Amino acid sequence: MEKLIVIGNGMAGVACVEQILKHSPRFDITIFGEETHVNYNRILLSSVLAGEKEMDDITINGLDWYQSNNISLRLGVRITGIDPVAKTVTGDDGSTIHYDKLLIAAGSTPLIPPMEGTTKQGVYCFRNLDDTRALLERARPGVKAVVIGGGLLGLEAARGLQVQGADVTVVHLMDRLMERQLDYTGGLFLKRKIEELGVKVLLEKSTSEILGNGHVEGLRFEDGETIEAGLVVIAAGIRPNVELGRKASLTVNRGIVVNNYMETSDPDIFAVGECVEHNCVCYGLVAPLYEQGKVLAATITGNRGPVYKGSISAAKLKIMGVDVFSAGFTDDTVAGVEAVRYEDPSLGVYKKLTLKDGCLAGVILVGDVADSHRYTEWLKDGTDLSAQRRNLLFPGSAPDTGCDVASIPDSETVCGCMGVTKGDIISAIHEKGLQTLAQVKEATRASSGCGSCTELCKGLLKAVVPEFEEDQKKVLCACVPFTQENLREMVRTQHLKSVQEVLDIYGNGHGCEICKPALSYMVDMTWCGDHEEDRSARFINDRVHANIQRDGTFSVVPRMRGGVTSPAELRRIADVSEKYNVPMVKVTGSQRLDLLGVRKEDLPAIWAELGMPSGQAYTKGVRMVKTCVGTTFCRFGTQDSISAGIELERRLENLFTPHKTKMGVVGCPRNCAEATVKDIGMVGQEGSWQVVVGGAAGKSVRKADLLITVESTEEALTAAQLFFQYYREHANYLERTYDFVERLGMEKVRKETVYAPPAVREALLDRLAKAKALSRDAWLEREAPVNPTQFVQIQPMETIAL
Amino acid sequence: MKWIKITETSNIPKREGRSVKVGSHEIAIFNLGDRFLAIQNSCPHGGGPLADGIVSGNSVVCPLHGWKTCLESGEVQRPKDLQSCVRRYPVKVEEGVVLVQIEATAKGRETQERMCTA
Ligand code: SRM
Ligand SMILES: Cc1cc2nc3c(=O)[nH]c(=O)nc-3n(C[C@H](O)[C@H](O)[C@H](O)COP(=O)(O)OP(=O)(O)OC[C@H]3O[C@@H](n4cnc5c(N)ncnc54)[C@H](O)[C@@H]3O)c2cc1C
Ligand code: SF4
Ligand code: FES
Repeated sequence: MEKLIVIGNGMAGVACVEQILKHSPRFDITIFGEETHVNYNRILLSSVLAGEKEMDDITINGLDWYQSNNISLRLGVRITGIDPVAKTVTGDDGSTIHYDKLLIAAGSTPLIPPMEGTTKQGVYCFRNLDDTRALLERARPGVKAVVIGGGLLGLEAARGLQVQGADVTVVHLMDRLMERQLDYTGGLFLKRKIEELGVKVLLEKSTSEILGNGHVEGLRFEDGETIEAGLVVIAAGIRPNVELGRKASLTVNRGIVVNNYMETSDPDIFAVGECVEHNCVCYGLVAPLYEQGKVLAATITGNRGPVYKGSISAAKLKIMGVDVFSAGFTDDTVAGVEAVRYEDPSLGVYKKLTLKDGCLAGVILVGDVADSHRYTEWLKDGTDLSAQRRNLLFPGSAPDTGCDVASIPDSETVCGCMGVTKGDIISAIHEKGLQTLAQVKEATRASSGCGSCTELCKGLLKAVVPEFEEDQKKVLCACVPFTQENLREMVRTQHLKSVQEVLDIYGNGHGCEICKPALSYMVDMTWCGDHEEDRSARFINDRVHANIQRDGTFSVVPRMRGGVTSPAELRRIADVSEKYNVPMVKVTGSQRLDLLGVRKEDLPAIWAELGMPSGQAYTKGVRMVKTCVGTTFCRFGTQDSISAGIELERRLENLFTPHKTKMGVVGCPRNCAEATVKDIGMVGQEGSWQVVVGGAAGKSVRKADLLITVESTEEALTAAQLFFQYYREHANYLERTYDFVERLGMEKVRKETVYAPPAVREALLDRLAKAKALSRDAWLEREAPVNPTQFVQIQPMETIAL
Repeated sequence: MKWIKITETSNIPKREGRSVKVGSHEIAIFNLGDRFLAIQNSCPHGGGPLADGIVSGNSVVCPLHGWKTCLESGEVQRPKDLQSCVRRYPVKVEEGVVLVQIEATAKGRETQERMCTA
């Protein structure tokens, strides 16, 4: 077997190895990686910084992949030399290894513009996991962060830091943001959007010095002005890693020069990725690298034939709420190129297409990127657009994924990040019998990168697997065969104010134990008091406000806000338990007490004598807020978790939710009350709170996602309330937050709650306030039962001996 | 056979059930809106209190594990093909009062006669 050595365990190198493995097992492969992590998706570092993904989520190939493909992996080793005559490489661990074929995939290094002070503490680049980890550790509320560079990377870094709570300014040398992809107007539109997010932008500023005594304190610009900064990220571009190419005496310009077969000037050395230069172009995005990898894999395995013709660069900004897409050649000042434009400043939409010889040459989209795929196709195919000149900016009504999908040729790349074609996906669906998007992701990698092709992948699935549609459209139940989303809509628009009305108009008139409680929740949530309540549509727990037990008795869990009680309360609990012969008093897993085995008819009296409100332990509603002692007693506490937790519980108690809602508030990241596995959690930090959502430690265990980091307790409570009401309005009945956030995606959840426009946030809070004002402690029904026999055992009017 | 006066109709809300003890019998009486039906208040699965179940058409779903029983025939409908059934009691309404009949030696549904009153 021939020995293949790969330098670089990054995206291009490993993707190329994947392609090589597809051809033949003719190589004994060793991969050297300077980073200590297995192959991961670098482009998702932006999502990790923005708290949308965990570091563990972005691994592309785990150790098992290397093992099962017999690849020797050498992590943490930097290759320092190549001897093309002896055909060996030397590592910084001193080892020298022979190769038959060598693949250089060393990527690039962040470019540090000439300025003073770049080695000060607190100055970072944004290129790898270590950088990202460091930034995550340091970005927090109150920190002033400056990002040098207003390109794709700089803007994504800025947004990430801001999500972590930092006060962020982007400093850019040019007169517009993303000048490589956008024209002046596009840059203007983008700047407005970035500023609307709360990130400051300074243009035409050249940094001359990073100030500070050891640690960064600020920046000085060439015009003499200064700005304060406790954290600096340099994102001013990249420089291909070509030193090894030079050492091997390869032809090197800006990058290591390769021909159309991806061969360097040495017949046994190949190169791929950001370190190469093809036809005078160095690429900095992944799609071209995958195309290169495929060609290289053919060449290196002796199937020389496919050629690399260069790629059209298409870039998409990965910031939620800021849609920017640019591809091709967008400069219309060149002779023979003309531009078609559309702009609507109030909508924030800007579109520009450049045309040459009747074909599309380039495209800029800001604010509306719905048609980006179609334009990319036109760019690649060189479609003659003369006939559709009138409709270029709005090509057809809302893109129907169905027919869009049919018109894509098989060879067309659907997932640019992972270089997967339509043909690849279709054949995988057929061969492996794939049914769900998750399976497609797993089998083909499509849609596991930046995610922008998800809709297309779904469209393909829908076209090939008819069941997929049903999979999507899950109806509530056979009695009312509509999705919950449809039903919510019907209840609202048709003014349906009782469960029976919905069943009569849209269903079989009867309903069952599945749809009745769901409809009951929907009607109540939508009309909020202005509806006809139907107790018979509720599960028994919600008719008697207690949890039914296996023997038909009930349990009583009084509210004990924040898990805090008092001697007087405990005494009453003890007295009541004795008086009513409660078979068991138990400390629950939710920091409160449970009186188990109570008879239905004793419930009202027990509640009255306890003098405590209902803990809602029996219902789909607000359960509890667990707290830890926090600053009140704990030597590590950084926040007053008890007060915050009790306040959170007070604000939300007595409300109903699609499924039970459990919360936790902790005073520091030690997380003693397990806030990160609750539906809503608040984690105290020095000077800030992290609000996390979607956690669980029941049937499934899921770590909660960061919603937002804020400075004050009030802001944290508000963020929790926004999410709470959003969940109430948008989740399906019996959908816990852990499924809800996964179904919607945290991006969407954030965009529609904490980052929604002020009016939207206020409306959410108003609706919550309205529901809260109408809500009341269910145990007060002890005084005014909804019907005379709600708790009473019926006694026959005549007795008879039987 | 004697009819036993149980309770005023208003004590059993529409589409809900209530249980009553008559001698050694514990009976679940349901108000279906247009009629009342009665069965034993004990689920054949594990003795669950059927009167506390959710009414679905002319069936009731046990609150404990969701077995579904037909109030008219007394047959268990879910799980399917179980051939299991509960005891039924004839019911009628007179002058706003619900009455049930308890046969001394009822042996199963064949011997029972369905009685529905408006
Ligand atoms: C009493 C308690 C156990 C205990 O003795 O400590 C309890 C008892 C029940 N739990 Fe629980 N859970 C109790 C804490 C928990 C916890 C711990 C916590 O809250 O921190 C969890 C994991 C956290 C979570 O929910 O994410 C928990 C996860 C579940 C689940 C799984 C939920 C899931 O989607 O993963 C169920 C089943 C369900 O809801 O579908 C469940 C359902 C139940 C039910 C209601 C089952 C039922 O429908 O009858 C149990 C009632 C028993 C009874 O007869 O009263 N219980 N249950 C705890 C009451 C807490 C309270 O004060 O309100
Ligand atoms: C935050 C961020 C967001 C991005 N977003 C996007 C995006 O949305 N879309 C997009 O298309 N692109 C994006 N990119 C760019 C994309 O990640 C790169 O184009 C791609 O990773 C390049 O792959 P590569 O294999 O050439 O280089 P890399 O992925 O950098 O891999 C090179 C590897 O080689 C190692 N190495 C270097 N020299 C040596 C040596 N001498 N010995 C051993 N190992 C060595 C390096 O440590 C590195 O791990 C983003 C980049 C970043 C940093
Ligand atoms: S784990 Fe929860 S649901 Fe299961 S037996 Fe215990 S209390 Fe009941
Ligand atoms: S006791 Fe009725 S279903 Fe189990």
